[in-house]
Amino acid sequence: MPGLIASGRLAPWLAAAPIALLTAVPVLVVLSALAHPDQEIWDHLWRFVLPELLVNTLWLVLGVGLGVTLLGVSLAWLTAACEYPGRRFFAWALLLPLALPAYVTAFVWLGLFDFTGPLATWLREGHGIMQLPPIRSRGGVILVMSLALYPYVYLTARAAFQGQGRRLLEAAQSLGESPWRAFWRVALPMARPGIAAGLLLAIMETLADFGTVSVFNYNTFTTAIYKAWFSLFSLPAAAQLASVLIFFVFVVALLEYQLRASRNYAASTRAAATPTRIRLGGWGAALATGWSALVFGLAFALPMWQILDWAAGVFASDFDARYLEFAWHTLLLAGLGAVLVGGLALVLGYAQRLRPGAAMRVTARVATLGYALPGAVLAVGIFIPVAWLDNQLIERLSLDGQVLGGTLLVMLLAYCARFLAVSHGPVDAGLARISRGIDEASQSLGVAGARRLWRVHLPMLRVSLLGAAALTFVDIMKELPITLMTRPFGWDTLAVRVFEMTSEGEWERAALPAAAIAIVGLLPVFLLIRHADHHAHT
Amino acid sequence: MLILENVAQSYGTKQVLKGVNLQLKAGQIGCLLGPSGCGKTTALRLIAGFERLREGTIFLDGETVAGAGAHLPPERRRVGLVFQDFALFPHLDVAANVGFGLRHLKGADLRQRVREMLDLVGLAGEAGAFPHQLSGGQQQRVALARALAPRPRLLLLDEPFSSLDVELREKLSLEVRDILNQEGITALLVTHDQHEAFAMADRVGIMNQGVIQQWDTPYNLYHQPANRFVADFVGQGVLLPGKVINSRQVEIELGVLEGRIPGECDAEGGCAKCDKGCMVDVLIRPDDILHDDASPLLATVERKAFRGAEFLYTLRLPQGGRVQVLVPSHHNHAIGEGIGIRLDVDHVVAFRR
Repeated sequence: MPGLIASGRLAPWLAAAPIALLTAVPVLVVLSALAHPDQEIWDHLWRFVLPELLVNTLWLVLGVGLGVTLLGVSLAWLTAACEYPGRRFFAWALLLPLALPAYVTAFVWLGLFDFTGPLATWLREGHGIMQLPPIRSRGGVILVMSLALYPYVYLTARAAFQGQGRRLLEAAQSLGESPWRAFWRVALPMARPGIAAGLLLAIMETLADFGTVSVFNYNTFTTAIYKAWFSLFSLPAAAQLASVLIFFVFVVALLEYQLRASRNYAASTRAAATPTRIRLGGWGAALATGWSALVFGLAFALPMWQILDWAAGVFASDFDARYLEFAWHTLLLAGLGAVLVGGLALVLGYAQRLRPGAAMRVTARVATLGYALPGAVLAVGIFIPVAWLDNQLIERLSLDGQVLGGTLLVMLLAYCARFLAVSHGPVDAGLARISRGIDEASQSLGVAGARRLWRVHLPMLRVSLLGAAALTFVDIMKELPITLMTRPFGWDTLAVRVFEMTSEGEWERAALPAAAIAIVGLLPVFLLIRHADHHAHT
Repeated sequence: MLILENVAQSYGTKQVLKGVNLQLKAGQIGCLLGPSGCGKTTALRLIAGFERLREGTIFLDGETVAGAGAHLPPERRRVGLVFQDFALFPHLDVAANVGFGLRHLKGADLRQRVREMLDLVGLAGEAGAFPHQLSGGQQQRVALARALAPRPRLLLLDEPFSSLDVELREKLSLEVRDILNQEGITALLVTHDQHEAFAMADRVGIMNQGVIQQWDTPYNLYHQPANRFVADFVGQGVLLPGKVINSRQVEIELGVLEGRIPGECDAEGGCAKCDKGCMVDVLIRPDDILHDDASPLLATVERKAFRGAEFLYTLRLPQGGRVQVLVPSHHNHAIGEGIGIRLDVDHVVAFRR
């Protein structure tokens, strides 16, 4: 055995397996709650809780699914295939809502519709309109989440439309179809896999969302998990709820996985060299510009402006030592998390490179499953074994109080499980770009193993790793449920602060930490835009 | 059938087409042949309607489809198109691809027409297959069937064989020609491959720098090229310096050639501007020279290329000129060896120096 390890044959497995356990253990812990249901809890849940949760979740998934598809596909088609005033700007600007976490967009909308909010006041005083439609409603949540999540569909649908090129539409035209009919008969059916991929991602985010629904007091599984744990102090009930939610998530994740595996016809046609666009004129152009501007305004410009405006108002009073502490906690957590997750992603990617094969693929697949797991589920799934471990330690070593529970370590482990896929994507792509020939060249020059990683691969991966770390940094910064549920007592971050201020209806004071999150959040969006642009031009 | 009149097109300051004229009769297969960037694809896209015409007119069946302020959109031109990359709809099976343009047909009629087209291209067994399951040659034939199904007035083919293997190219180009002739289709193809052009087309236009240099039969293009570009672009050959003796004779290193002296020298019945003593370049094709061991005229083998049935020898003449000659491959001569040759020129092609 030592010989095997030394020769490096087992090393990739020894590295990859624990990473996969990081995700597998919480999932199994949560699923085991489904296998051993506590009759009493289950009865209560089934009678009083689950019906509402199921109905609410179903509506939310259907509504947001429809909303993001409508917004995402229409805007993707306009910016990818048509020409109208402002198209170049909207093509990238419509991605900007990705910078705003949905819970931030949510509280801005709540604030706007608030009786004392600017919109309500303006309508009341200027136009005598007393009654606004209730924003704290199913329709309100669906609208706000659609506005926050449509970029997922926009991004994938746009890539699909661009990848088709114009050639197939020209073929349809030469066979007698008008451009409008060619869209329905050719472009849309062909973009279906891309649209579905974005849609499933958006649905995963919808199922995972905690911040938005709790701001709206709209009960879903994630809010119920939180309440069971922190209001009723029943971790078993939280685990039961998590096990139901994870079932839904797996259905969606499985669909997404199959879709990714079967997406075979996107690449079979080369893109046209000359992207001639459909020139919209008159009413068509006015409608296209108006629609793009409306969505951009509601999803980004208006919330962003409102946050900055509110933040400026409370800056003098709220920008104090406590605020700096929130910022420092956020920075520390996101920084540590980004380095840790980036490192694990590199180890996993490298293990895959050294030991390619089905078993390693499955291991990597399990390890990166976290992107589908709601933070609330992961928090429960990690906290339970940590609590058990704590109890063991306390009993065996007769220690006082918690050892692991309520430390940064628990949070970081949960972040690793949740965001490994975010880092793994770019790192894996970066590794794939390094040809085997490079490995062999380096080996023939006497540089192999760890030295090769250090001297050859790492320098070549620098940009990918930086990108991966930046994405993870921002995702951790925006993360709410894991942070909220597993943080050490009283250890608040900017996101937690936003949540608390929002819960109390203090929109202006929530805006100050939200502004920091939104501004830093713009960074990866700009990276994404540059990346997308680069791909469109090559 | 298809008429292009003074068609010119430019993008910014770059002039892509400068006054293109051509006429294609019903049932004819035409071809635009030229190096990449010569404007041939632009011409095709103008005829299909994907580009808006700036200058000139395009007539189809006597109807003005482009020009003089008119622009019939592509979907109403009834011009079929076979794309270079075939552009088959990946989400539709073969039958649905072929039936795509048959909007006016329903049910049994639709199936009937699709079946006819698949029989025509010999793919009746692949109706349910998806494009990515087909070979390149099969995709090509589906693309052809799809374009022909709605009975277009004109079929355009854009480098239709360029993405196929060389062996497949020749076979398919003959097959496609047979299908087009059998159906009486008027077609215009665009290519940079002269084998393809000559195998398919009744009339070929050699294009360069946005102008059709010569619109003629393949035979005439080879044997009576209108200018140096055509002479150089089509087939092999060399230009040897020569001196005009009179309107029927020109003297070159290999002897005196007799015949009408056409080309630039041939201005209105004779060599008006190129009289006796005028210096010209004479085109000598490999088939203008015969290997003859009995000939007193000796040339030295400088290079040789084995072509299977024959050798292409590059020979150096005593006074330094070079010619190429095709010789049956059992005449295997070493480099440096002197071999006897003699002239056998049918068409004298001479350009003024």
